[in-house]
Amino acid sequence: MAGTVEAKKQIEEATKEYKYGFSSDIDMEMAPKGLNEDVIRYISAKKNEPEWMLEWRLKAYHQWLKMEEPDWAKLNFPKIDYNDIYYYAAPKSQDKPKSLDEVDPELLRIYAKLGIPLEEQKVLAGVEGARKVAVDAVFDSVSVATTFREELKKAGVIFMSISEAIVEYPEMVRKYLASVVPVRDNYFAALNCAVFSDGTFVYIPKGVRCPMELSTYFRINAENTGQFERTLIVADEGSYVSYLEGCTAPMRDENQLHAAVVELIALDDAEIKYSTVQNWYPGDKDGVGGIYNFVTKRGNCKGKNSKISWTQVETGSAITWKYPSCILTGENSVGEFYSVAVTNNYQQADTGTKMIHLGAGSRSTIISKGISAGRSQNTYRGLVKILPSAEGVRNYTQCDSLLVSDTSGAHTVPYIEVKNPSAQIEHEATTSKISEDQLFYCRSRGLDEEEAVAMIVNGFCKEVMQHLPMEFAVEAQKLLGISLEGSVG
Amino acid sequence: MIKIDNLHVNVSDKEIIKGLNLEINAGEVHAIMGPNGAGKSTLASTIAGRENYEVTSGSITFDGKDLLELEAHERVGEGIFLGFQYPVEIPGVSNLNFMRTALNGVRRYRGEDDMSAAEFMKLIRVKAADLKMDMDMLKRFVNVGFSGGEKKRNEMVQMAVLDPKFAVLDETDSGLDIDALRTVSDGINAQRRDDTAILLITHYQRLLDYVKPDFVHVLANGKIVKSGGPELALELEEKGYADVA
Ligand SMILES: Nc1ncnc2c1ncn2[C@@H]1O[C@H](COP(=O)(O)OP(=O)(O)O)[C@@H](O)[C@H]1O
Ligand SMILES: [Mg+2]
Repeated sequence: MAGTVEAKKQIEEATKEYKYGFSSDIDMEMAPKGLNEDVIRYISAKKNEPEWMLEWRLKAYHQWLKMEEPDWAKLNFPKIDYNDIYYYAAPKSQDKPKSLDEVDPELLRIYAKLGIPLEEQKVLAGVEGARKVAVDAVFDSVSVATTFREELKKAGVIFMSISEAIVEYPEMVRKYLASVVPVRDNYFAALNCAVFSDGTFVYIPKGVRCPMELSTYFRINAENTGQFERTLIVADEGSYVSYLEGCTAPMRDENQLHAAVVELIALDDAEIKYSTVQNWYPGDKDGVGGIYNFVTKRGNCKGKNSKISWTQVETGSAITWKYPSCILTGENSVGEFYSVAVTNNYQQADTGTKMIHLGAGSRSTIISKGISAGRSQNTYRGLVKILPSAEGVRNYTQCDSLLVSDTSGAHTVPYIEVKNPSAQIEHEATTSKISEDQLFYCRSRGLDEEEAVAMIVNGFCKEVMQHLPMEFAVEAQKLLGISLEGSVG
Repeated sequence: MIKIDNLHVNVSDKEIIKGLNLEINAGEVHAIMGPNGAGKSTLASTIAGRENYEVTSGSITFDGKDLLELEAHERVGEGIFLGFQYPVEIPGVSNLNFMRTALNGVRRYRGEDDMSAAEFMKLIRVKAADLKMDMDMLKRFVNVGFSGGEKKRNEMVQMAVLDPKFAVLDETDSGLDIDALRTVSDGINAQRRDDTAILLITHYQRLLDYVKPDFVHVLANGKIVKSGGPELALELEEKGYADVA
């Protein structure tokens, strides 16, 4: 295979040329800290990427160099030193726990509370050598995995890592990659283009209803994809897919900076349902540590009557900067955004959506529920934009904030730009403090303080949670409670 | 069963209960009557353990235990139930889920296993039917959009599910039409046993026609100012609080 030979050559070259040198140990492949052309060449070569992909990455890198980190969000964090970051391979892999005995007992307590099986706990906690075993555990057995793959294949669904797709389906990837989120869209998106480690590619053929929920759980893949993940989902005419990202268990990751990009494309009459539970490490009670999560997620409802629906439950990360959006290009297309964002302790979240209406008769719905506890800050930031071409469109926005503590903040920043007077736009927003009467009522029925808060908060989030796929919903409910532990009093 | 001794309670730094004594034995039903603002609901909330209701002196003993040492949810586990004067709405939480969580919370407190969903459904069907509450209402969000009477019946279903040793029912009869009053009274009477006790807080004699109390007390200005048998309620109805107390 020409591609492989070429790739090998590239690795050799990259390794030879790179002045700081790379570890040649197969088990410890990694680039040194910092970002430059050589690191990008190295990443590309490691992934056997074709020349065009490398060039694309390099162009993105040079674009990124010219850009600046955005500062408009209501977030406070120390300046990130982009040259103090590993862009390839698991840093400090020698520090991995050898067994569950070495894992933070606090983490294990939460796993137990969520009812996660032992083998899976190992994977989530990053225990050395756990992956192989756990994949089997997740699938129950290897045969389940095989059945799963075969069923998808029969339906003609492509579901693979994006690295594989770049090699196996280059035309399709080239056509759609960065077609929704342009390289220069924002600082973090440009960075992701240059260095993305891995991610997922999904293609649903014409008229196919994907026979199962696709979950990142099922994608047997390289470790360390969380940091600069890249996802591309294309739903061809009349197809349907539901995709689940993340999991409810807290995820251990030593990389502090995350910058993922997700692009969705829905053609005529196609529907994509994208659900996320984000529970990266939020930092400790005093706000030390935690992931900085700068995510760009956008879908293009390209075809007529197409639909893209984002549902997110955001409980993790020290910093969340994330606006899953819809470009409603197609006539009568539909965009939806259902969001729960919980912040506790010193977490900061600035999250929301953009609904850009171009197509006539397009409709969008935004339901956002923000819950702030501890000393956290929680901001909804949204844009509803109606372009002149968008005749007769409708938007409904509802933003509710619930304060669990006196020391937290809830903020709502809705932008509305209307360039077509026929648009019907409704916006509702509320902010309330968790009610003492509700708490006492729950407690007088035998719920302890944390159970009472969890119950009230889950009720508050009901309209969003009901959009989660069933298998996620129950765990996500428990997760809300866990995220708010210690938030009262 | 419960003994309240020289109880003083402050709410927002204002003394509301001012030296209250009350003893209720197993098998007894007591009624407390009294003018608005006398402190009846404050007493009920204090028994249930509402936070920020500060007991400045006195004691409450329940089955020999110091009740004031226990948190609200622990008191439920010990067998105390409060039927609210104004039941609270909890949007987004189904009545069924609420009651099942409550029941399992109490069971766990007592070291028992959770009740399975199937078993719970069997139980709730019976209890709800007794109080003429249909499935639809059980599936709705807790008290959201319920009429006054529906809210009170819902309180009674919760009581039946939790099967408390000691129930404090705060104006469970207000806002009920005559049919609902009868249904609710049946619910209360079903809870009346040799091993349980009930404290009814009410303004009206008409509830006491259906649930005959063993003792009636008049609470005024944070204290029990008069106690007697069922005839005291009739006297109050006739003459008003001012003349009796
Ligand atoms: N949260 C509160 N803060 C301040 N005063 C209160 C509060 N709740 C009740 N009160 C006062 O306590 C007194 C007793 O009220 P309550 O116990 O509800 O009386 P009742 O139930 O007998 O009508 C009233 O004067 C009322 O205004
Ligand atoms: Mg009252």
